[in-house]
Amino acid sequence: MARVLINLPARAKRGEVIEIKTLIAHPMETGYRVGPIGTAIPRDIINRFVCTYNGAEVFRAELFPAIAANPFIAFFTVATESGEIAFSWTDDHGETQTEVRQITVE
Amino acid sequence: MKAVALALVAAAAAAAAAEIAPENRRSGYEFAAPETRAMQDDDSANPGILGVLQGSALWAAKTGTGDRSCADCHGDAPSSMKGVAARYPAFDPALGRPVDLEQRINRCRTEHQGAAPLAWESADLLALTAFVAYQSRGLPIAGSKNAELRPFLDQGSELFHRREGQLNLSCSQCHDDNWGKRLSGAVIPQGHPTGYPVYRLEWQSLGSLQRRLRNCMIGVRAEPFEYGAPEAVALELYLMGRASGMPLETPAVRP
Amino acid sequence: MEARSQSASPTRRVILLAAAGVGVGLASLAPPVSATSAAMEEAIRALVGEATINRGKVRLELPPIVENGNTVPLTVSVESPMTEADHVASIHIFNQKNPQPYVAAFHLGPRAGKAAVSTRIRLADSQQVVAIARLGDGSFWSDSADVIVTLAACAEG
Repeated sequence: MARVLINLPARAKRGEVIEIKTLIAHPMETGYRVGPIGTAIPRDIINRFVCTYNGAEVFRAELFPAIAANPFIAFFTVATESGEIAFSWTDDHGETQTEVRQITVE
Repeated sequence: MKAVALALVAAAAAAAAAEIAPENRRSGYEFAAPETRAMQDDDSANPGILGVLQGSALWAAKTGTGDRSCADCHGDAPSSMKGVAARYPAFDPALGRPVDLEQRINRCRTEHQGAAPLAWESADLLALTAFVAYQSRGLPIAGSKNAELRPFLDQGSELFHRREGQLNLSCSQCHDDNWGKRLSGAVIPQGHPTGYPVYRLEWQSLGSLQRRLRNCMIGVRAEPFEYGAPEAVALELYLMGRASGMPLETPAVRP
Repeated sequence: MEARSQSASPTRRVILLAAAGVGVGLASLAPPVSATSAAMEEAIRALVGEATINRGKVRLELPPIVENGNTVPLTVSVESPMTEADHVASIHIFNQKNPQPYVAAFHLGPRAGKAAVSTRIRLADSQQVVAIARLGDGSFWSDSADVIVTLAACAEG
């Protein structure tokens, strides 16, 4: 399980536009680096990031090797209702890591 | 300290290597680009904080034949580790020489936890070191008055001021005499270890002061010190003394 | 870095410039620093097809000089009320000189509230970066930025 930093408000007013900042530990190996014996180190990146809000997708990103290591993604969403905001990162092996945060919207 | 430095300068007969006056000392933070500084300033976006989080988990994890965690002896890190990183490298009476924070952590593991030492530059050692050093963030680096460290400080000073490598440059020539100027596009900082382990953009990860010093030595085409070599620790000791009073910034972000 | 054919042939360049928008003068297609590379043009073409790429609405923010190409902060924003009727559906980032022209694609929608995304990218060399936004009505808008990438001194190699 990679270390993750997620920053979003715990509470918001209905209709308020909130900023969400995410940071996940991952080397994002491009596939273009050459190892010590001259062969390329294989590509291994997070290629997809999805944010859902009570199950509905509100943001999605397709990532390529040009995204820096330890990918940082900050975006906005409307605080519509209380519930769960879930974040999923999927890598080249098809493995997904999901983190969930609660939000109270009044 | 000043007498020693002047004597060394005279002996080396090199160009005048003037120590930076205390009021002119500046952290590498001040030489970094605005966006790099912004990355360091925001704890929700500083990639080094991921290492601190990892370290926090390791602090609580039981390990070794003793099945003990750091927390079992040291309790709550923010209180027990406050100020510790600021006074490292520190003199180890059992070894009769200074050790840096990484070495101290590994000694705890082998002596008190019955665990294998963590490899230099391994993610776990960097994470634990970053976590411990983070507890001293904002505190001034403490110069040690311990008389037993004197010979090692002198050794460190000698290493800092002597020319080395194919480029035949000393640390002092760049970092005392030419800080603020550019070395092929990059600004030369003063070389104060104010934020280690540091998230270096060049490495795309956290790294230790020893790794950074090895980079410098490779930069002047000198044979770099082995990790954990006494010379490396002596140089770390000297550098921390040279930065005495400056606040610790771990985890700093640098290019 | 692999060698690659740099600028497009004159005819293709004219067509691309003409397609870039009615009423958009050549001056506003600045900066004239370098032509878009073939790979980036192809990738952009694959996204927009025959549609016009309008200049405006999009703001791509990158530092003009970067002290390390490994981690370059990028913010892209699009002026939009983000309503069901008028919103940004996606934002696509392309680069000119990396081994691949793609950087990222962000999918938004009315629930975003604000069309602004920040991330950190890698740039292998000084080059142009292009952001193209697709609005809900199918129109495309773009902005570009030129970045100078400097190298760190005293590294491992």
